[in-house]
Amino acid sequence: MSRKIRVLLAKPGLDGHDRGVKIIARALRDAGMEVIYTGIRQTPEQIANAAIQEGVDIVGLSCLSGAHNHLFPRVTQILKEKGAEDIPVIGGGIIPGEDISELEKFGIRVIFQPGTSTEDIIKYIHETVRLS
Amino acid sequence: MGNNVREEQERWEKTTLNKVLTKAKEREPVFKTTSQIEMERLYTSRNTDDIDYCRDLGFPGEYPFTRGVQPTMYRGRFWTMRQYAGFATAEETNKRYKYLLDHGQTGLSVAFDLPTQIGYDSDHPLAEGEVGKVGVAIDTLKDMEILFDGIPMDKVSTSMTINSTAVILLAMYIAVAEKQGVKAEVLQGTIQNDILKEYAARGTYIFPPFPSMRIITDIFAYCKDHIPRWNTISISGYHIREAGSSAVQELAFTLADGIAYVEAAVQAGLDVDSFASRLSFFFNSHNNFLEEIAKFRAARKLWAKIMKERFKAKRDESCMLRFHTQTAGCTLTAQQPDNNVVRVAFQALAAVLGGTQSLHTNSRDEAFALPSEDSVMIALRTQQIIAYESGVADVVDLLGGSYALEVLTNEIEEKAMKYIEKIDSMGGAIKAIEAGYIQQEIGDSAYQYQKEIETKKRIIVGVNQFQVEEEPLQNILRISPEVEKYQRGKLSRIKKERDQGKVKDVLAVLKKIAEGTENMLPPILEAVKSYASLGEISGALREVFGEYKES
Repeated sequence: MSRKIRVLLAKPGLDGHDRGVKIIARALRDAGMEVIYTGIRQTPEQIANAAIQEGVDIVGLSCLSGAHNHLFPRVTQILKEKGAEDIPVIGGGIIPGEDISELEKFGIRVIFQPGTSTEDIIKYIHETVRLS
Repeated sequence: MGNNVREEQERWEKTTLNKVLTKAKEREPVFKTTSQIEMERLYTSRNTDDIDYCRDLGFPGEYPFTRGVQPTMYRGRFWTMRQYAGFATAEETNKRYKYLLDHGQTGLSVAFDLPTQIGYDSDHPLAEGEVGKVGVAIDTLKDMEILFDGIPMDKVSTSMTINSTAVILLAMYIAVAEKQGVKAEVLQGTIQNDILKEYAARGTYIFPPFPSMRIITDIFAYCKDHIPRWNTISISGYHIREAGSSAVQELAFTLADGIAYVEAAVQAGLDVDSFASRLSFFFNSHNNFLEEIAKFRAARKLWAKIMKERFKAKRDESCMLRFHTQTAGCTLTAQQPDNNVVRVAFQALAAVLGGTQSLHTNSRDEAFALPSEDSVMIALRTQQIIAYESGVADVVDLLGGSYALEVLTNEIEEKAMKYIEKIDSMGGAIKAIEAGYIQQEIGDSAYQYQKEIETKKRIIVGVNQFQVEEEPLQNILRISPEVEKYQRGKLSRIKKERDQGKVKDVLAVLKKIAEGTENMLPPILEAVKSYASLGEISGALREVFGEYKES
């Protein structure tokens, strides 16, 4: 019997565009996952702490304000400092293709750009989080 | 005549139509708009039997304004072509404004960065990474002086997308105009100043609803006496739609917010006819061409009735719904971005056929970043082609009288009214937002829309059909992290140069007035003139009013 996959979805920074993250929250729940959504205006510290406290299997970050290059690496950095770098972090939003490789260097596993189907995201999470 | 059409239509259905339907089914069993309104195959005069021309449509420039707010519409003057722009610093944005004005844009529309919108200076820890990203960073009056340097504020009208800090930016605008020698009474423009949709859909709120509504009514009161040509609010459906609502929900929730503002102002002691003509609206123009045109027409008609019947407005101007339109950002695709030029053109055309007063056309690259200069040029040219080449601006309400459009206009009005009645029964828009009702409704529609795309019930060209392999888009506008450093440096210099004692005093006065009931505009004007920063002024108000937390 496998337990449910636990996902933290978060909106770092001041961006209020939450249509995408809310749709993903709902799609992941419909796919049988347990989803904790932080709401908007979270600092990277708050997100990393929540990920650790909630013992999630994966963290999804959403940013549409253009601040992703600053905010996403902060989250992975803090997770690392707290010894939780094994929690995979993925992201999405208005993120130009040319930023993706840089974000990957900072440990963001994958960036989903606009037009991605929730099915692809669900599939990715299942493949990434291998539960015992 | 009507009977004849009915009989003839029945005959046609049994013969000509039936012959085809027995051989070939239609593409769908039912055809529906985004608002789940079922569209019939064919509309004839049979569908418009119960429309009374004089009652339901009337004449342009007259109640209920279904056909437009001016008698000559674009035969007199085109809509204002107003591209929303702002990025990085005031210095860079000022250059973009001059570029746009040089290319025939007729009004300005300021995009502010998120720290400015949420009341943080560029040196605040929460501003890290956000400075100059989604708009221009404004910390003090100095930035505003640079932003409008060389722009004739007595001639150009300016719209500012600013909400919880609208009162501060408006004060800065007045102060800069004064420095240019332009009197407040001639200033023309708009502040968005619509906090309710921030709670429901957009997210740049600071204070709880009650003090937020007080700031808004203070603005109404101040402007009617000092800046009579200023649009004191732009009650916005745009972001509600971007968050995923249907066309009907966009209309209904926007007008419900409008009702809440009018009620608040009336409760604050203002006579409805003293401020109502300065209320303006802001809608989205989405993909479904006919539904959008119908929505704009229904909006005018419904608001006119609300103002006359519910609020007993006496002046015609109080009943007139004037609106700005932006094409739907959420319909822009990252795939085959040049296709967005075509989407935007149709959406812009719908806005014009719906009688908009001003228009922003999105740029093709906005699914990636802020638009590049080249993309903005195409977007502006799209409007100019509609205006100068298509001929649609030569007739008032060109599609009025279309059977399908008139039926749809009425249906949207009825369905929106049902939502408004539901919101009334919950105690109004503020209560409905606090209960999460409006957010839930928007979220449900957004999810359904996404499902339709994923199951291919809804085709998005280039996204879920007709895909191609493509290279990443080049020449994307990038905001350098240097902007943040530059902005912080500028702020710290100003803080050193200004009269600290004066700043301390004006902020103390502001807090005192905020704690009482007097109008807050005068002390905020004093504060900005003494170069108190946006963050300091917002901070003072945060201390008095507290902060809103999303439930």
